[in-house]
This record gives sequence, C-alpha cells and structure tokens, in this order.
Amino acid sequence: MRKPLTLRILSALDTKSWLALGVFLALALLVVPVLHLNFPEDSAFHVSTYAITLIGKIMCYALVAVAMDLIWGYGGILSLGHGLFFALGGYAFGMYLMRQIGRDGSYGADLPDFMVFLDWKELPWFWLGSDSFGWASFLVLAVPAVVAFVFGYFAFRSRIKGVYFSIITQALTYAAMLLFFRNETGFGGNNGFTDFKRVLGYSITSPETRLVLFGLTAVMLAATLVFAAWLVKSKFGRVLTAIRDAESRVMFIGYNPLWYKLTIWVISAVLCGIAGALYVPQVGIINPSEMSPGNSIEIAIWVAVGGRGTLIGPIIGAFVVNLAKSWFTVSFPEYWLFFLGLLFIVVTLMLPQGLVGLWKKLMAKKEGAAA
Amino acid sequence: MILETTLDDRPEGSDGADQMGHFVTGELDLSHGVALYLEDITVSFDGFKALNNLNLAIDAGELRCIIGPNGAGKTTMMDVITGKTRPDSGKAYFGQTIDLTRLTEPEIAHVGIGRKFQKPTIFEQHTVFENLELAMKTDKRVWKSLMAWLAGDERDKIAETLRLIRLDKEADRPAGLLSHGQKQWLEIGMLLMQEPKLLLLDEPVAGMTDDETMRTAELFVSLAGKHSLVVVEHDMAFVEKLGGLVTVLHEGSVLAEGDLATVQNDQRVIEVYLGR
Repeated sequence: MRKPLTLRILSALDTKSWLALGVFLALALLVVPVLHLNFPEDSAFHVSTYAITLIGKIMCYALVAVAMDLIWGYGGILSLGHGLFFALGGYAFGMYLMRQIGRDGSYGADLPDFMVFLDWKELPWFWLGSDSFGWASFLVLAVPAVVAFVFGYFAFRSRIKGVYFSIITQALTYAAMLLFFRNETGFGGNNGFTDFKRVLGYSITSPETRLVLFGLTAVMLAATLVFAAWLVKSKFGRVLTAIRDAESRVMFIGYNPLWYKLTIWVISAVLCGIAGALYVPQVGIINPSEMSPGNSIEIAIWVAVGGRGTLIGPIIGAFVVNLAKSWFTVSFPEYWLFFLGLLFIVVTLMLPQGLVGLWKKLMAKKEGAAA
Repeated sequence: MILETTLDDRPEGSDGADQMGHFVTGELDLSHGVALYLEDITVSFDGFKALNNLNLAIDAGELRCIIGPNGAGKTTMMDVITGKTRPDSGKAYFGQTIDLTRLTEPEIAHVGIGRKFQKPTIFEQHTVFENLELAMKTDKRVWKSLMAWLAGDERDKIAETLRLIRLDKEADRPAGLLSHGQKQWLEIGMLLMQEPKLLLLDEPVAGMTDDETMRTAELFVSLAGKHSLVVVEHDMAFVEKLGGLVTVLHEGSVLAEGDLATVQNDQRVIEVYLGR
C-alpha cells in the first residue's frame, strides 16, 4: 500500500502540533494585523512597529535555525558558515530592492547610488534582470543552492568531516565577507544596500507592507517546519541520522553518503537564502557584516540553546537568544558578547539537549514523582 | 563446496547495476565457481606491508575461516575487498568480472558484498526494526529514500529476519539498548537484509556467550551454500564448529590452508602462534 504524498505530509506532525501551528498562524496573520492597525499607539493592545519588525526579524532567524538544525542536528555536520547563505539570499533580493528605488535616490540617477558614487556608467552584467521580482526570487533560491552545491560536493567528496569542515565553512564566509567589502565587487562595499523605498511598487515602510512581510515570514516559517518534519520522518531522514551516527556502516550497506549530505546541505542553504530575502526588506539593510564569522557562530548557538535534533528547539533557541540580545544590547550593551559566550558554555556543559531537553527531563521527573 | 545451482538461478545483472543507476558496475558472474579472487595483493602503510602478495580464492557457496595472529592483515584484507583501502598492487575480483579495486564502498555493497565489523556497528539511535529497514536491499538513491514507504512484503521480510536473529521482541527498542551479543546478531541481520552473495564477518562472536556462539555457528553453516562466507575469528571452538577450510594469515600473506586439524598440526603455524 502506497500512501499519497499529501497524507504523508499530514502525518508528519501530530494533531497537537498542527493545532499549535494553526494558532501561531492565526496570531501572525489575523491578531497581530488587527492589533497593529485598529488600536491607537497609546492603547495597551497596540502592537508597535518596533515589535513587528523585531518579531519578523527573529522569525527569519528561526528559519535559519531550523535550516541549521537539519544539517547539524540531524546530519551531524556543523556548519559555521550559514550566515553566508543567509546573506546571499539577502543580497539577491536586495538587488531588486535597490532597483525599485528608481530615481528616488540621493543622486536621482537610474543607477543605484553607490554606483553613481563610484562613477560607473552602466549596470554590471550580473545586475541584469535585477529589476524583475521573478528573477530576483529565482536568484534568492539559486545562488545559495549553487554555492552550497559546488562547495559541498568537493568537501563531502573529499570526506572532510567534523571540526575541519566547520573551519572551512568559517573561512568560506570570511572570504566572502572580504570580497563583498570591496567596492569593485559591485554590491555596495561595506555599506551594502539600504535606503529601500518600495517592494513590488508598494512603499516598504507602510504598515500594510510590513504586515504582509511579517505574515509571509510566519507562513514560510510554518511551511519550513512542516517540510522539515516530513523530511526527518522520511526514510531519507533515517539515513541521514544513520550517517551522523555510523557513516561507515551506511556506506557498507550501500548508501552513498555524499548525495545524502549534499541534498540536506543544499536544502539547508536554500532555506537560509529565503530567510535572508525575507529579512532584508523588514530590517531595511544588508551589508557584509552578515557574513562575519561571529554571525554564523551565533546561528549554531541558537540551535544548541534550543536543542538540536528537535525541530521546535532551534525556533525556541532563536527567540530566546535574540530577545535576550535585544534587551541586553539596550540595557548592558558592553556585556552582550560575554553573556552569549557564557550561555554557550553553560548549555554545552549542563544542557547538551538544550532547553527542549531540559523540558523533557523536567516532565519525566514530574511523571516519575506522580507515579 | 561449489553450489552453482543456488547461485545462478537469478537472471544476471538483476541487482547492483540497475539499482544504483549512475554507478557503472559489472554483472556478478560466478560461472567458474569462484566468488572472490585475490591475486598478489600488496598494501603498505608508511613502508609497513600490511598485506604482502596475498593470494586467496573463495568458492561460491563456501564457508571459509581466516585465522592469524594480531597484525597478520585480516582486517586490511577486508578493507581491500570492501573498497575502504586501495591495494598498491594486485587484483581483486568478485566473480569473474567485477574488479573490486575500481568500485567505491556503496557500489561494492550493491554488487553483493556485505561486511560485519569487528566492533558491532549499528545505528544506536534507531530502533532494531529501522536498522533492518535501512539495510534492506532496495534502491538506495536519495530520491527513492525521500519517497520510500514500506510495502507489506518488505515488512514481512524484516519480520522474518527479526525472528531469525531472535530479536522479534526487541523490534521497537533503540538498538543502542541491546546487549553486546544482540548487537552482533543485529549487525548480522542487517547483512542478511542486503541479500549479499558474499559475507565478510570480522570476529562475529566476540563478546557472545557460549550459547550465542554456538547458535551463530549454526546460522552461518545454514547460510553457506546460498552465500559465500569469509569469517575472521580467534575462537577455535567456533572455527571447529563451522567446519570448512581454514586459511592462516601471517605478516600479510597466506601461511597455510586446509582443514582445521591439518592447519593446527602445521609446524609453521605452531611457530607463529607460539612465538619465536
């Protein structure tokens, strides 16, 4: 008996999880917009623009965290360069947003401001088609996919593993950052892209546009969660965790780990690209600092804090760490990095399964006490 | 020892090549009665010759034991056969046509060679059932795994193997919780799920109780004929129970070959084992 795919996707989550997902989407698509638009700013029920931007941003991070968990938690491959794929998606969509500025830039020219500043007379070849939303969306998926495929193919074929792989990914994102810092590269140098005006012709700062972007991010996060749940429950997912636990056994029963690793690696990179593309219009800026090694390490910390090898863990981790970050960087800006480091050490030493693991342990204890 | 009839009843090329698709593999040809053929295999690590002009031929359906002191090259020999280590020189053929030195580990698994490691290597986080499911002979490409769904006859096959390795009551337990002997059996079960023509078993009864050891011997004897088996073992009671030819390796080459009694009375073998 073969089950149709739709049924299999339905069975990826249990009833409780589907319900939770429904509540989350209702909040993001109905409650937040109503509270934002229909209540005056001084009302207790008003959801501020700041809150929407912050939550929208963190949802993008949560998406990255799920992507990271697929490759690290389930595949056992620690990437310390996932910020690169996030930034590539962001830059790909940022090119489109730059073109949407049109002649409203400070120089009133057809070219983006930074090109005028560099005295360029025409668009470089790789900017061709960047005024098309469709082409930009394609690039958001294709650029991270191609970079991940080429890099992953050679790395996995050479059987580079463990800490060596992590270090190489770290070097990769660092090299890309240096490349993007150069003005000649054609992506705005260290300033990157900013001062966006419109997306699809709509003002990018209008409350409605913000809410649409916010809603899209929520839908994308939910869809990714369902997709990831289906993926890890499929036989593919079982092979993947088997590669994580005993790669040589997997090879000797006839699976080629190269293609399994490469598949999840590319999927993970594409998800990061999508997150980056959703992030840029909400935050309003993309620059090479997104590719800094520290950013990629932070992604790993979200996943470790939440609990790797669980799908909800990375989302919780991304929210907890980033909410803490936005509070810390306002109240005690100079202590944030110390706190982050401390958090990572504490989690690694005391909570190897992260917050989700802690929760499970507490529940088990409670059950044990009740019995 | 040659049981061609049981081995040749499948249409040639029905496995391996078309399952892996993108892999170029030959067809298993056992028409001359030889399952595995190693000729003048030499492997050296930093000047140390782990294998030194090793010659070995295993007949189709044969059960062969390999013994030898530590460092004799037993594990290296298995590494060469399964593609983990490439020989510096020499030939390694599976059947008449398949050149093992040109294939990768997964390709070798697909043409029909299964390997059990010295230390039981199973997927500890997966259930016993899932361990067998993953090992099952099927199309093992990524896309097929994404869409895979267990059919009824596949479940039956897993259930049958579970009974054979006496783990049917443990089917839904994580494999990491099994006893050492049970893990050894599970790994043997995983090999059987692959339906290999040749099984390489590296110290399969290490850590088993005497009772388990004897049951394992019975299982292997029953598998011979349908499969070729190469068993590396130190346990002489087990080797005796298996019957069959015994090959003694020493310093990377064959020192003696014959039935157990002959080999045990060979003066050179005694010297090697008792030390010089």
